[in-house]
This record gives sequence, C-alpha cells and structure tokens, in this order.
Amino acid sequence: MTAQTPAALVLEDGRIFRGEAFGSEGSCLGEVVFSTGMTGYQETLTDPSYHRQIVVSTAPQIGNTGWNDEDDESQRIWVAGYAVRDPARAPSSWRSTRSLPAEMSRQGVVGISGIDTRAVTRHIRERGAMRAGVFSGAELATDREMIDRVTAGGGMVGADLAGDVTTGEPYVVRARGERRFTVAALDLGIKSNTPRMMAERGIETHVLPLTASLSEVRSLAPDGVFLSNGPGDPATADHATELTKEILGAGIPLFGICFGNQILGRALGRDTYKLPYGHRGVNIPVIDDETGRVAITAQNHGFAVRGEPGERFDTEFGRAMVSHHCANDGAVEGLRLLDTPAFSVQYHPEAAAGPHDAAPLFDSFVRLMSEAR
Amino acid sequence: MPKRTDINHVLVIGSGPIVIGQACEFDYSGTQACRVLRSEGIRVSLVNSNPATIMTDPEFADSTYIEPITPEFVEKVIDAERPDALLATLGGQTALNTAVALYEQGVLEKYGVELIGADIEAIQRGEDRQRFKDIVRSVGGGVPGSRVCNTMDEVRDFVAECGLPVVIRPSFTMGGLGSGMAHTHEELERMASLGLTESPVHEVLIEESVLGWKEYELELMRDHADNVVVVCSIENVDPMGVHTGDSVTVAPSMTLTDREYQHMRDVGIDVLREVGVDTGGCNIQFAIHPRTGRMVVIEMNPRVSRSSALASKATGFPIAKIAAKLAVGYSLDEIPNDITRKTPASFEPALDYVVVKAPRFAFEKFPGADTGLTTTMKSVGEAMALGRNFTEALGKAMRSLESARSGFWTVPDPEGATLDSTLDELTNGHDGRLYTVERALRMGATVAQVHEASGIDPWFVDQIAGVVELREEILAAPVLDAELLRRTKRAGLSDRQIAALRPELAGEYGVRSLRHRLGVRPVYKTVDTCAAEFAASTPYHYSAYESDPGAESEVARQRERPKVIILGSGPNRIGQGIEFDYSCVHAAMGLGAAPDNGGLGYETVMVNCNPETVSTDYDTSDRLYFEPLTFEDVLEVVHSEQASGTVAGVVVQLGGQTPLGLARKLTEAGIPVVGTPPEAIHLAEDRGSFGEVLGKAGLPAPSYGTATSFEGAKRIADDIGYPVLVRPSYVLGGRGMEIVYDEASLENYIARATEVTPEHPVLVDNFLDDAIEIDVDALADGNEVYIGGVMEHIEEAGIHSGDSACALPPITLGRQDVEKVRRCTEALANGIGVRGLLNVQYALKDDVLYVLEANPRASRTVPFVSKAAGAPLAKAAARVMLGSTITDLRAEGILPAHGDGADLPMDAPVAVKEAVLPFHRFRTPEGHGIDSLLGPEMKSTGEVMGIDTAFGQAFAKSQSGAYGSLPTSGRVFVSVANKDKRSMVFPVKRLADLGFDICATAGTAEVLQRNDIACSVVRKHNESPEGAGAAGSGGPGDERDVIGLIKAGEIDMVFNTPYGNPGPRVDGYEIRTAAVSRDIPCITTVQGAAAAVQGVEAAILGNIGVRPLQRLQAALRSDRTGEAG
Repeated sequence: MTAQTPAALVLEDGRIFRGEAFGSEGSCLGEVVFSTGMTGYQETLTDPSYHRQIVVSTAPQIGNTGWNDEDDESQRIWVAGYAVRDPARAPSSWRSTRSLPAEMSRQGVVGISGIDTRAVTRHIRERGAMRAGVFSGAELATDREMIDRVTAGGGMVGADLAGDVTTGEPYVVRARGERRFTVAALDLGIKSNTPRMMAERGIETHVLPLTASLSEVRSLAPDGVFLSNGPGDPATADHATELTKEILGAGIPLFGICFGNQILGRALGRDTYKLPYGHRGVNIPVIDDETGRVAITAQNHGFAVRGEPGERFDTEFGRAMVSHHCANDGAVEGLRLLDTPAFSVQYHPEAAAGPHDAAPLFDSFVRLMSEAR
Repeated sequence: MPKRTDINHVLVIGSGPIVIGQACEFDYSGTQACRVLRSEGIRVSLVNSNPATIMTDPEFADSTYIEPITPEFVEKVIDAERPDALLATLGGQTALNTAVALYEQGVLEKYGVELIGADIEAIQRGEDRQRFKDIVRSVGGGVPGSRVCNTMDEVRDFVAECGLPVVIRPSFTMGGLGSGMAHTHEELERMASLGLTESPVHEVLIEESVLGWKEYELELMRDHADNVVVVCSIENVDPMGVHTGDSVTVAPSMTLTDREYQHMRDVGIDVLREVGVDTGGCNIQFAIHPRTGRMVVIEMNPRVSRSSALASKATGFPIAKIAAKLAVGYSLDEIPNDITRKTPASFEPALDYVVVKAPRFAFEKFPGADTGLTTTMKSVGEAMALGRNFTEALGKAMRSLESARSGFWTVPDPEGATLDSTLDELTNGHDGRLYTVERALRMGATVAQVHEASGIDPWFVDQIAGVVELREEILAAPVLDAELLRRTKRAGLSDRQIAALRPELAGEYGVRSLRHRLGVRPVYKTVDTCAAEFAASTPYHYSAYESDPGAESEVARQRERPKVIILGSGPNRIGQGIEFDYSCVHAAMGLGAAPDNGGLGYETVMVNCNPETVSTDYDTSDRLYFEPLTFEDVLEVVHSEQASGTVAGVVVQLGGQTPLGLARKLTEAGIPVVGTPPEAIHLAEDRGSFGEVLGKAGLPAPSYGTATSFEGAKRIADDIGYPVLVRPSYVLGGRGMEIVYDEASLENYIARATEVTPEHPVLVDNFLDDAIEIDVDALADGNEVYIGGVMEHIEEAGIHSGDSACALPPITLGRQDVEKVRRCTEALANGIGVRGLLNVQYALKDDVLYVLEANPRASRTVPFVSKAAGAPLAKAAARVMLGSTITDLRAEGILPAHGDGADLPMDAPVAVKEAVLPFHRFRTPEGHGIDSLLGPEMKSTGEVMGIDTAFGQAFAKSQSGAYGSLPTSGRVFVSVANKDKRSMVFPVKRLADLGFDICATAGTAEVLQRNDIACSVVRKHNESPEGAGAAGSGGPGDERDVIGLIKAGEIDMVFNTPYGNPGPRVDGYEIRTAAVSRDIPCITTVQGAAAAVQGVEAAILGNIGVRPLQRLQAALRSDRTGEAG
C-alpha cells in the first residue's frame, strides 16, 4: 500500500478530525453538512445546491459504483469538499467509466477519507452546521492556523450564492414528443433531472439566468414558471422574490422547489430561517396536510420557511396554506396558494438522488397549467 | 387513522418447530406482535406447537395454546376462543398456509373471524407464481421467462423451447424446498418430478435461468393509507443460484447507483400495491444482469420473513412490531420510531455501517448429503455482524459463525489446492466460499478471474483482495506498530488471525497485549435507524475500529445499577438453538425485574450475534451488543461496560456451549463469572474428575475406558462387554458418537474416527441396551435443589436426547424411581458445586440408575420443562446466579411455594416433546434421500410439544405438530430387527385390532402370523420376486416391493427398526428415505411404536381437545397449594 497523504477536517469550533487526502490534495473552505443518503453520491456532488458546502457522507462505503457519464446533475462537481470514511479501492458498475477520486482530482475537488464520519455527524447534530475546512498535503498546518483560516471564511447566513451557479445564457430543453406546454425556469441552481422530468410530460423548458426580468419571462409566453433549487440564504434573493411577486400578480402558474419554495414563501411575506443542521438525505418523510399521505423524499436544505403544519394564512395574492410538513420535525415542506395558481415544495420531486415518491408533483404542475388555459 | 375499535381479540399463529428455512426469526416476530397487541389493550390468543419459544411463555398472551398448527387444531382454538381477528403474517409459511386452509374450509367465515395483516387474495396473488409474474409485468417490471407446469410433459415442452439450465420451483413450499437448478435432462426429470411431489398443489414453475446475476432483496412495509416505505435493501454476495438463506448477504446494497436502486424501489412498491398487501411487511427479490443491468423480479413473500428479521436487526426498524400495529389500524406516520422516539416510523432507515449475514451449515451431521449450495436452503442458522465497512463486518460475521474456521488463515489451506483447482471450486456455491475467494487471490488470481469463476461482484472480490494485500503487509512489517494494527483491526481481522501471521507474538494473547499496550481498542457505535441524524434512546451497540483520533464511543455511563452481562448462544446450529436463546431472554427479564439493589434490579446487557432471536431484539435487555461471541470480542465488551459502570457479573451458563467455553478464560482475565464456577464446570466435563464426583456420591455410571488404538479399544470393549458406545474424547452434540455391537464394527469405527481426530483418544463406554433414559433439569443454590422436571425418553438410551421424544411427568416411572432420581440429582449438584442449572441424563436398567452425563448449565429442555411443569427455570436460575436462594424465589412467587417438578400432582397433564428432523432437506449428490435413522449424534433442528390429560393424546398431538397426524386407518408396514420382534407383537396386534391392514417383510411376518396377526408379506427392496414368493403369501407385495408401495402411497405408517451395527442396512435405508419423502410416520424404535399405537388410539377416539397453557399451569399451581394445605 502506498503511503497516504494526511489530511484534516477542521471545524470552526476547533474540533479536528484526521484522515487521509481523497481526490485532490490541497484545501477547501465551506459549511460542513452531512447527508444521510446511502446511494447517489454522484448526483449529490454535482447538485449546485451544495455549492460552498463540505459534504460528509454518513454512508461509510463511498465510490463503489465509480463515476459514469449519465448521472451528473449539472456540468461539474459543486461541493466545496467531500468527507467520507471508506472510499472504494476500485469501482464496480457496468456504467462506470472512471473512479470517484479520479473524477474529484480531475475537477480539483479536495476531499478527506478515513475519518470518523459518525462522530462528525453527531457533532454537527449537536452544534449545528458550521464553517469548516479540509486541509491536506502541503496545506496541512498547525491546528491554530487551520482554525484561523476556517473562521476567516464566510458563513451561510447572508450568503448570496445562486449567482455563482446560475446559467450564463438561457437554454432550452425540448419536450419529449409533442410539446404541450412552455415553462420558463429560473435557474437558481437547477439540476439536470428537473427539465428532463418536465420534458417527459410534454413541457419545453426555457432555463433562464436568475437575473431574468418579467418581460423576458413574458416574451416566452410561458404556460408556467418554475423556480429551481439552489444554494445560499433565501433572504438574499431579492430579485427572484420580486420576480415571483410579479408572476403571481400576473396569474401565471408557478411551481417552485427547494430554494424556490423559500422564494415563494418570502414573496408571500413569510420569513425564512436557518435550520440547526438542515435536512439532507433521501429518506425524509413529508406529510401532505390535505390528504395525510406520506411521501419519502429527497431533501437538501439548510433554510426553511417559517410556519406551522397545515397553517392557513392570507397574502396579497389571496389565501395560502402550508401544504406539507416534515414528519420528523414539523418544518414547512410545501406551500400552496388557494386563489392563485402557485405551489411549491421544499423537497426534490426530481429526486436524483432519491426516491420518486414526489414525482407526481410535476403532474400537478401540468394540471395547474392546463386549468389556467 | 388510529387503532380500530372493532378488534378486541386477536388470534396469532406462530410458526411451529424450528426447521431449515423457518427458524427462531418467527419467535422474534411473533413475540413482538403479542407484546404490541397486548399493549394496545387487545386480548391475544396464540397457537404455536413449539415450546422453546418466548412467545409461548404464558405471560406473552392471554391464552397460549401449545397445540399443533394444523387447520384442525386451530379451528378448535377458534371455537374455544372466538377471536375477532386472525393474524397469520408473522408466523412464516406455516401460519400463512394454515390461515389459507382455514379460509378455504370456510372456518373463518363460520366463526366470523377477520384475517388481518394481509388478505387471502393478496396472499394468493403473491404466492401463485404465474399470477405474480403477470402482476409484475402489468406494472412494467421484468420477469424471467417461465411456465407453470402440472405434469412432466408440460415441463419437457417448455424446456424444449427455452433450453437448459432452468430453475425448478414448486409452489407453496417453504424455504425453497424441492427447488433447484437443472443443467441436464436427467437432472430435469428427477428434480421436476420431485418438485411436483413436494408441492401441495402439484405445481412447479420452470424458469429461465438467471444463474450468476446479481441478487437483491427489498424489505417493504405498507399501511392502509397506502404509505409505503422500504426498510432495507439487501445484496447477496453469492449471485443468483444460491438460496438467499444460504448466501452471504450485505445491507445496505453496495454496488448499485441511485438510479438502479430507485428503479428497484419503484418496481418493488408498484408490485406491492398491485399484489394488494394492505398492511404489513413483505419481501421482494430481484436479479440484475451484471453487464446489461436488466432487472427482473424473482419472487415475493407477502408476510414477515427471515429477511425481515435480518432487516429489523440490521436497521433498528422493528418490522414485525410495526406490522402488528398496522394490522390493527394504525398508519406508519402514527407510529413513533422507538429509537429516536421523536420521529415517526414513516421513513426509510439510513445506515452508517455495513451489515453482513453469513449462513451456518451442519453438513457434518448428515454424511453423504450434497454440500453444494443451490436454490434449496440448507443452512441451519446464521450470524449477523455490523462494522463500519464491509471487511470489518465480514470478519466479524465469519468468527461469529463459530465453525472450525474463525476468519481467514485460521485453518490451513486444503492439501494440494492449486490456483486452478481453487478457481474451479469457486464456480459452485459452497460453505465458506469467501474463504475460497481469499485463497484464490492469495494464490495469485486477479479480481477479474475470481469474479469470472464465482460470479461474485468485483467490488466484493476487490475488498477481499485488500485483505490479502494487508496480509502481505503484516507478514512483511518489521514490527506491528499502532498504525498498522489499527488498519488491520479496521479491516475486521481478529487478534487470532494476526497471531496466525506473526507467530513471534506468542498467539492471540500476545497480539492482544501488544494491541492494548498501543491503545488500539474498538469504539462502540449505535444502531439508530438514522445515521446519527437524531439522538438515539436505545443502546443498541456494535464495535468498530476507527483510525481517526477524533473517533467517539457512544456507550453511556450508568452507575446506579450494577450490570449483568448475558452471553447469548450465537448462530443456531443442530444442538444449540432457540432453547438457549429462551434461557438468555429469561435471564434478562428476571434480572431486570429482580428486587435486588434496593428494588432497582440489574442493568441487563446482552451480547449475541444471531439476528433471528428475541435476545437480539433491542427491547429485550437494557443494552444490546451485537457482537461475535469470541473471547476477544466479549473481552472488549466487558471492558467497555466496566468503563461505563460496575459489572456485577457475566452469565455464561444459559447460552449453551458457546459462552460456557469462555467461562474459564473470562475468570482467568479477572472478570466475574456468576453461577457455577468454571472449576465446577470442569469437574463435570472432565471424565476423570467426574468419575471422582460420582464415586464420592456413590452413584453408578456405565463402565468405560479410554483408548488410543484399536487394540486398546478392543481390550476395553472385551472387558465391559458389547455393545459399547464409542466417541472421540472431545464431543459436541454427540458428534462422531456411535454404538457398536461387535469387534468388526469397532475396528471399522476406529479406522474412521481416528481420521476425524488424530490427536484425540477414543472413549469406550458400556452401552446400556434397552435402558430407559431419563433427563432431569434442576436448579441448585448451594443449599437446596429444585427439580424442574423429570423427563422419560420414549426412545431407549442410545438415541441422542435431543432427537428423542420424551414425556413429562415420566409415564412409566414409579414414585420410588423418581425419588431415586431426586436423590442422585441432589448428590450431583452438591458434588459438582452447582449454582444455577444442572441437567443430568440417567439410564435406568434393571432397577439401577446410571448417571450418563451431567451438565452444569441450561439444557435444551429448559423451556419445555418450564412450560410443562409451570415454573420459569431459566429466570429462577439467573436470580440464583446473582445470589438469590430457592427459598427467596418461592417466597417471591417465581417458583411454586411448595413442591417441585418431581412431585407433580396425579392429575397433572402429560406433556410430550417430539424432535423434528430435517432429513427431507438433504440429498446425496446423486439426488437420493439421506438416511433418517436416529443414533447418538443429534440431528434434529427443532421440537414440538403436545400436552393433554393422558399420554396417548399428548403423543398424538406431538406427532401432528411435528410431522402431520398419525393415521387412524389404512396400512402399516412392519420390518424389525430380530431382537425387536418379540416387543413388536403387542403394538402391532393392537393396530390390527383397530382395523389397520398389516404388511411385513417375510421374517417379521412369520412372527406376527404365529401370534395370530393377519398380515401380508411384502418383498424387500433388495429381494428377488422369487424370494417373496417363497415366503408363500399373497397380498399387494407380490407385484411391488415395499419401496414401490410406499412411493405409491399405499402405506400409511412404517415401523422399521435397524439391525444394529455396522450402520443401517441398505434396505432399511431405502425404506426410511421413501417414508420421509412421502411424509408418512416412520418409527424406528420399539418404544416409539408403542407410543405411536397409543397416539393412534387417542386419535381414533377423536376426543382430543385444546386447553390454554395458562389454565393448565394455574391448575398445576393450585393443586400444589391444595396438597400443601
């Protein structure tokens, strides 16, 4: 066995976990969060919502299925760093074309392996998500120096990150088969699977940069507007929030997920707040407050809209309700306007990674657009 | 929707005796169901014929019927209890089949009983293979090409189309019984016709082969609101072709991307919905082509299964418990997750560890049986291990099995093995295949070669390749430093394995002291269902080695109550199974509730590695360590517990030989072992010391001697006289033991036995022919002895006590005999110095009571005795080990205030224990049955109890529970050894009087006819037709020999006793295997025949009723009180 390069995961409160370099050597800074998904690391790493975050996988054996050309959720790996316990020695999958660490190295993504990921998770659970850094090889320094570098970095509250991940130019994802609807999707960090799922339902998706104006949206004569997921603090997304208000005012059907749910919430006058350690996993139960049914959902959010399960409230766009909540902690997981065609969920109906229980929400969007015609 | 208000009384059906394919996982699930239902305020009635289960303890149900699980008896229970609903999805295939029969016979409708947990339609859709395939296709899932066939012609037609190999699966059999893969036309003919016979509906499915595909299982749950969760995914390391019960399996799945996993989940959920399992759990099996990714659905179990128990233990999500709650109306989101307490059960567990399950086989018990693994399950038990990576879990699972091998390199490679021969071995599934993988890699095979040969996914092979590389490092390292040791332990290697590579460290102890000096010790993590996302309130721990200096152990401090560590019994095997788990669970219950320590009791800590059991339910003890039961692993657990509080003692007496074997080492390590001290255990185990104990007490034992050669053995045998019982000096479960009747067979035995154990001498004992064997379970506190029960064996001495039927109270012993038994037992308990349980085996011959064996530990019969005599022996024993006296326990009401199990009242019910044997599970490589003859080596996998007012009824019930009912009319075939002919006259005459046709072989017939018993002569299998003609009698035997008659279904019962040694004659073997394959009673001893006749009479009288154990035991106790008053 070749000698391993030592590495450290350093938390802002001074806790340090030591292991070996994984992927690229060097250093990275970000908010340390844990994800409990047991599958789907490729989708997770390429999900723009993880921008500026150091992700800890609680599943201990990572990289088993290597890396393939089909499962990326965007053009690149977005996580700031990746912390795992036991990386695969060699991948095994009929679709794999390269290994995970090879792909991380190719993209310059710094990781750490061999640490007690469960201890990290417990620490975050008790103390909350916090700033952290991974340091390896030449970047390893004294504890003090590394902690100083971590605390010099920015936190997630007040971070405006969607601008980093949004598309530079608009692009179109064509409907599969006959085009039945046109949707303008505001890219706050959209994942590839979202337009794909819309395409399957006859939707042509025009993905727009987050700076798009109402007139740009209107010029597409869309049947509906979609607000994507994305990274950062929703309190900073003023433009998107204003645009959302305009769209609601115009009565264009609207569907938002994740960050989009928070934007809709803010547009409706609700506050957003940071959860202690967020919801990141593919096993999270969400209760539909209207039917009582449970969906097992993929989630990745550190912020949430303030509200109570099933709560009804008035907005400038008419009556609204908290339509879904998390069965684990009661957090708001969905909003719906009762007098205006708009709804959103905090979780990921496009899954990837994760279960497909919530996929019918795209059908609800289709229905909303049909009814509005 | 909350709990239904219209269900106030539920009947739960258990799974009956432990058999291959249906083991104590159903005790675990049934016990959980009973607990849940009663905590909901629902009255619970229970039927289960297996006395060794926790669920049949009287405190787990309102009415407990230890009765045969047949539609006939369950109807009697329904009639007596009038439940609102029947819950049959937690008792395995046995319960489900019984429920279907009750439905089809109109019994459920007649009594207005609702089937809850799954409806009949759904069961039929799930189990009818063709309908199931149609359902899978209708939801867009893939299936292998196949056809359902009812005749051999249909089978041949399909194979002509699709080609070989094909898989044969009989409908409605459990554990894959009768199924297998046919590679040739000969195999097809044999296996398909057998499958048609095994299937109760004479139906087999012939299927396109998916041999070598990746194999997966999903455990799903659905509630009435249509919420579905996947509790666990399981990946089989052995690819398709090996029954999942015989495969090494891993949770969660290791080699699927999210895309593939979610596709599997989607199809699984769609199938579940379409089949219509309304509430409860189910298991669906998938195969995935390793190169194309094509996925097909293989099968579904619309009920809680063995895999559900595994999934429950692997994830902390208690499937059976939740299934019971769903059945009475709750939805998943209304049920709290026990472990987090704050989140609901409507979620999918996230694991931050790897689980490996490995099967335990018992081929050594069945000489001649084909040891190749196929789609028919052959393993008798399993061990599960958790680790933070695959190799750590695998290493722990390997040593948890307690087989001869204890992880890689712990036994030498087979002689003459080459790379080619090793790769060749890998092509077929076999016990220890991963050892073969390691050997191949070590001999230079590439990962690709091993994958090619075995079909095992390269990821798993590569993980083992990592261990092989580590081995090289360990061998090459100048010194073992902390870093390398840590890496080694992290890969799951034991101190013993390291010691095997570094002899200079002076063995396992040397490695351990080095490791401890370097501070390399495990941490203990928690199974919490949620990968640490939420705090866990349930201390369910497993060990792991971490290299990160920031690593954490999660064992909470607890200093208020002293702790008692109970060592469990490990994987089920023949001779050590559920009975020991029963005792361990009782210890936990008894010590937790003890009035000691100012009423606080003890904090109970369970250590075990068997996922099927009640003991490894996190609800059973205060703390659970899911760990191997090796000295190293136990030592670390004790260390962890000592660091977090005070350990009052370790209990080793209740889990069978496994923990008992650790007693001395633990004591030497300064760890307090409670109960009978190791020196006393040694007194009983060592032949010489035990002889002294007997001598001092003036107790006779059969004369014996020890020999190292045939000449020596011959001298001893000549001295004490034939027959003699011979065995290797070191035996487990009667392993290698034989009765020899003459010098020639002695010579033959020595020749064979010395091959088995060249280092060990052979013991030669006087064999007491025709003696009555008596078994006693007793409890001793150092002052007083409490006799739990005296059991009289139905078969004579010489049949292993575990395989012999027995009756309690003893049916033919007089009061004086029983008193003699009591006095001897007391003398032995005192002589040995027992503090706790003692099991003694006696042989009574010519009014002399010989001591055969004494074991100062819980025996297999403890649960049977506890139930039959109405006193919880194991619970009492655990208390005695911690210092309580029998007087204390009588005062507390744990033991009866007066009397004991040796002086049961005159009208006490008679309980019969019958062993259940797995012969029909095994075949020789040529496809023939294996011999079902009983002997001194134990072969049974489980037991049933029949209890009634008199012996005949109780025996009849025991037979119904174990094998199916005794016949009440028809034809009996008799063929007995010369020495048995005289004793056979009366029972056979009685059968003739009862209206049975008798047929016999010529010699036997002659004797019967002279005694005025009308009988026809049947040709033996190896006799020529002329031979039969010469015997000069007509009858059905003229055309066909006995085997033909049995196979044609013209014989309803067989009495066949063997002709002494050497071994069974070919003819007897053929007769017995034919009877086993036809599932007709085959009685191989004179005493068994007499008992059967009593049972037949009782069955003909037809007055066999059912009574709950609670009422029987209350009567026992009140009788005693009456006597005392």
